[in-house]
Amino acid sequence: MDANLVQEAMQNVNFQAIMPSLVLSVFGMVLLLVSVFSPRGKTTHVAWLSFIALIVTGFVSLNGWNNPQAGFAGSVVLDNFATFFSMTCLIAAGLTILMSDSYLQREGYPVGEYYPLILFTTAGAMWMASGTDLMTIFLGLEVLSVSLYVLAGFFRGQTRSNEAGLKYFFLGAFSTGFLLYGVALIYGVTGTTKIDGIAQFVQAMPDSTSNVMFIAGGMLLLTGFLFKVAAAPFHMWTPDVYQGAPTPITAFMSAGPKAAAFAAFIRVTIIGLESLQADITAVFWVLAVLTMTVGNFIALSQKDVKRMLAYSSISHAGYALVGLVAWNEIGVTGIMFYMLVYTFMNMGAFAVLVLVGKKGEENLTIDGLAGMGYKRPVLGIVLCIFLFSLMGMPPTAGFAGKFYIFAGAVKAGYIWLAVIGVLNSAVSLYYYLRVMVSMYFKDEGEDFAWVSMNTATAISIVIALAGVLVMGVIPGPFMEMAKLAGF
Amino acid sequence: MISVHHYLLLSAILFCIGTFGVLTRKNAIVIFMCIEVMLNSVNLTFIALSRHVGNMDGQIFVFFVMTVAAAEAAVGLALMIAFFRNRESIDVDDFNMLKW
Repeated sequence: MDANLVQEAMQNVNFQAIMPSLVLSVFGMVLLLVSVFSPRGKTTHVAWLSFIALIVTGFVSLNGWNNPQAGFAGSVVLDNFATFFSMTCLIAAGLTILMSDSYLQREGYPVGEYYPLILFTTAGAMWMASGTDLMTIFLGLEVLSVSLYVLAGFFRGQTRSNEAGLKYFFLGAFSTGFLLYGVALIYGVTGTTKIDGIAQFVQAMPDSTSNVMFIAGGMLLLTGFLFKVAAAPFHMWTPDVYQGAPTPITAFMSAGPKAAAFAAFIRVTIIGLESLQADITAVFWVLAVLTMTVGNFIALSQKDVKRMLAYSSISHAGYALVGLVAWNEIGVTGIMFYMLVYTFMNMGAFAVLVLVGKKGEENLTIDGLAGMGYKRPVLGIVLCIFLFSLMGMPPTAGFAGKFYIFAGAVKAGYIWLAVIGVLNSAVSLYYYLRVMVSMYFKDEGEDFAWVSMNTATAISIVIALAGVLVMGVIPGPFMEMAKLAGF
Repeated sequence: MISVHHYLLLSAILFCIGTFGVLTRKNAIVIFMCIEVMLNSVNLTFIALSRHVGNMDGQIFVFFVMTVAAAEAAVGLALMIAFFRNRESIDVDDFNMLKW
């Protein structure tokens, strides 16, 4: 082996750039061992240890704020953008872990592997947010997805959970095929898988934008990403998987991994495929409208609350796509802000549902929540605040998030897109209000005596509530942070 | 003389066969095999193009794709076994608990 070559390779290594996901992965592996040597059925200590792991990782990834670290020949970078999305994923994972322990006890699956799997998913998500090479993005995506397949099918004795895991697995692997084929074709044209390398190649040879292989590659790559963020018409797996998976995992899937997918999506489209901007915005304009409309209109007819929130998460992916169509600073920072807001409001709503459900969760239908507002007044008001935020009502954070995204669209000249977005929010009022009507105006419901508060879930609800209210009343500082982190 | 175009054509055909199989077959294992055909057609594309553009990035990518495919196979087959234990079937028509 050539000594110079080794030395040159070692100079490219910069462990600072991958430190957050490295720390989290090591914690995950140690916790796997801890759970093996723990008595069967005891998982509370694993839950708290993994929560500590997330906090430690949060401090480690804050090192990258205003102090960008590139490493491994420029294939990973820990910059403000990656840090912002990493924090979003870490918050989502933390809230998930807090609401999980009592849930797993109730459902009869107190198994320790659950928490390390969440840590691995988060590590993959952070890897994806900091990837600047299609190879690292692909690896992060797969670490994230493979762990999530297991988590979605975690209740192995329940057919519904099995089915959710299998459906997620098949459609996830299928979409990975498209994504990879797109990467391969782009690599064939540009000779590199680095995102900035692709952009530089196209800048040097502008006629490659009319190359069929390049356009096909770009479109296949974007198809793969659209599957992951559950945009219509690639959203078919979402409701089934979200309904069948364990509830905390549903909450996590709709927030953390989706934010990471958007992070990679933004980096690839805005930096790597900038040359195709005209084509991409034209396609995404249609897809954003389709995603919002399909999500909102199908949600109208749902009876199961988890399934309704699954369709609502499709429509929220549509709102985020509006920011990508705008393709300007305020649009991109709007997406970043919105993903953080969505994490708080959606996780909060699911945390309340986790508490209210009975074993097996057959009662989590809109009619099943009848009278909850009177029998559990505090939980009722809290759930209402989260639903108001999902609707986009001021002064909650959901309003600020939607405002920035639609402002970006208007600024870029897509006034009709913003109008359709606002009309869609109006449609969404109906199905969120239906839950509230059932909670407050129907009296024949059950007594909700089985609902017992516990510290961990209470903490997660309080954190989510604080996030929704603080970011709603004073969105300025958070938006400034997103601006520092955006491109 | 076999050129890079022949390889690309072959891998495109394989990719289409895989996609078609995923969309039409009913048995979960066969669908999984079709997904593997898709991934391997991508590998073929990468290797042919790696030779064509003259750097090693594509071949390294293939190693990662193979590793990930192995991990996916382990998880996917485990999920299929869990489903089979409950339903005694791996026909995708029996994935019918979740719908509206």
